[in-house]
Amino acid sequence: MMSPALQKSRAAKFAQRNLVNHIATALALAAMAFGLFWLFWILIETVRLGIGGLSLATLTEMTPPPNEEGGLANAIYGSALMVGLATLVGTPIGVMAGIYLAEFDKTGWISNVIRFVNDILLSAPSIVIGLFVYAIAVNPFKTFSAAAGVFALALIVIPVVIRTTENMLHLVPSGLREAAYALGAPKWKVILSITLKAARAGVITGVLLAVARIAGETAPLLFTALSNQFWTSTLDQPMASLPVTIFKFAMSPYENWQKLAWAGVFLITVAVLALNIAARVLTRNKN
Amino acid sequence: MTLAPPSKRARSGPVADKIFGWVAKSCALLTLALLIAILTSLTINAWPAIEKYGFSFLSSTVWDPVQEEFGGFVMIYGTLATSLIALVIAVPVSFGIALFLTELSPSWLKRPLGTAIELLAAVPSIVYGMWGLLVFGPVLAEYVQAPLQKAFAGVPFLGALVSGPPVGIGLLSAGIILAIMIIPFIAAVMRDVFEVTPALLKESAYGLGATTWEVVSKVVLPYTKTGVIGGIMLGLGRAIGETMAVTFVIGNFNQLDSISLFQAANSITSALANEFAEAGEGLHQAALMYLGLVLFFITFVILTLSKLLLSQLRKGEGAKT
Repeated sequence: MMSPALQKSRAAKFAQRNLVNHIATALALAAMAFGLFWLFWILIETVRLGIGGLSLATLTEMTPPPNEEGGLANAIYGSALMVGLATLVGTPIGVMAGIYLAEFDKTGWISNVIRFVNDILLSAPSIVIGLFVYAIAVNPFKTFSAAAGVFALALIVIPVVIRTTENMLHLVPSGLREAAYALGAPKWKVILSITLKAARAGVITGVLLAVARIAGETAPLLFTALSNQFWTSTLDQPMASLPVTIFKFAMSPYENWQKLAWAGVFLITVAVLALNIAARVLTRNKN
Repeated sequence: MTLAPPSKRARSGPVADKIFGWVAKSCALLTLALLIAILTSLTINAWPAIEKYGFSFLSSTVWDPVQEEFGGFVMIYGTLATSLIALVIAVPVSFGIALFLTELSPSWLKRPLGTAIELLAAVPSIVYGMWGLLVFGPVLAEYVQAPLQKAFAGVPFLGALVSGPPVGIGLLSAGIILAIMIIPFIAAVMRDVFEVTPALLKESAYGLGATTWEVVSKVVLPYTKTGVIGGIMLGLGRAIGETMAVTFVIGNFNQLDSISLFQAANSITSALANEFAEAGEGLHQAALMYLGLVLFFITFVILTLSKLLLSQLRKGEGAKT
């Protein structure tokens, strides 16, 4: 039998634990609301001001001088071109490096060093990548160029793809590999047609996320591709891109430029969110 | 019954394997080469400034492109101060979000809420920057900065902290925007690591009568502390290297007049974004490259520290069991 005093002290202890729990729960709820509040605020303003600045001309006309009507066609085209090329360059390198880390040398010191370096590059400030590309691909040729922009963006794609490819390959059960080896398949074939195929959805997700990331990157383009008022497809010339154009227009005092900047921000946000949602749907269906 | 001997077909094994392995290895080594190339090229390009100023560059507050006098303290201070403000806001909030998503949320809400937070992480930084400058800045100035100034006017330390023009541009705005940017990052990592905790451990604790908070603070957190610290470091690295969101709202002011958080300031990244394309070749460009090198070094140190810390913690956990 518990003495009344003990019972009382236990009840008090329980009440106190309950109180702490309630406070913690309430704070967690508040934190969640706080996080969502910003998301909705940013999205609502982007949609409201973005649609306000959006028109057909935005998609068909070139970037205008201050106080004149125009659109963002050359910037959208430049962004699409540079992002597409950078993905084409960066993806195979990233996938192969990821394969090396996951399939060839899981625990060796070289792999550990490379993983460490890759983590550094993954969180390296993108503006430093811009500085680096300026030093080796702009300064020697004395001209800003779209090719340098593609180079800079590809350098951002590679670490993202390496990381996701390696992680996804680790998830493939070893039984699958062993079964393929037991059938006498050579290693490259096991990797390409068994493990990589099994991890396909995850790898594609990684690539989509990398595309979404570089589509909004501004800093590495500021002093590589620079910007251009006109439509251009040549890679040895400066090329306009959506983020750099937005930066230039948003910081300007001209009203029509700011309006176009909002339209551009809206387009980028929609594109990036769509890519992210696509990546999510893809992994959900495959799993 | 005997089987027919297998036909002699050319095995594509060894040679193709070697080539494949070689290609994979060179792709992997490329990342290593890249890091070395970045460090080397930045150092070479920054050399005129390094040679002239040495380490006094880090403590000098003069930044005068006209007189060709350069010191990086103002920018380095701006970068560290904004990132610190961001962490102070973001860490508790992210922890709360992760706690909510893993332990409190009804299961039908978990997925949409988790996705919403992850999408917040995917919004490009230029969107945050523009929103911060044109929407959030004015609101902050009117409803937060002005009242704070009134409340703390005359108070010794706090008064100085909130002095300056309340225009919604400066260290505080940049710090808050950075916090909003890194909250989803840290929260997503924390949620993922919280979910790694074996259900058995949590259920045992619940079975003994522990409250949700006790389970999180005494079971989940000790089990996942390495991942939690990793997530925070990830957020810090991102805050320090973030360019666009900061450039829009920090005010790009190269002098350090007061300790006020409302003061327009500058960060390494925004100095680079604003001045580099216009800086002519010579000392100005070299000084900016020097700043870039310092920035890279800071992120390098943070990541290395976090990795060392993580392996240390892991060792400790191994010893306990």
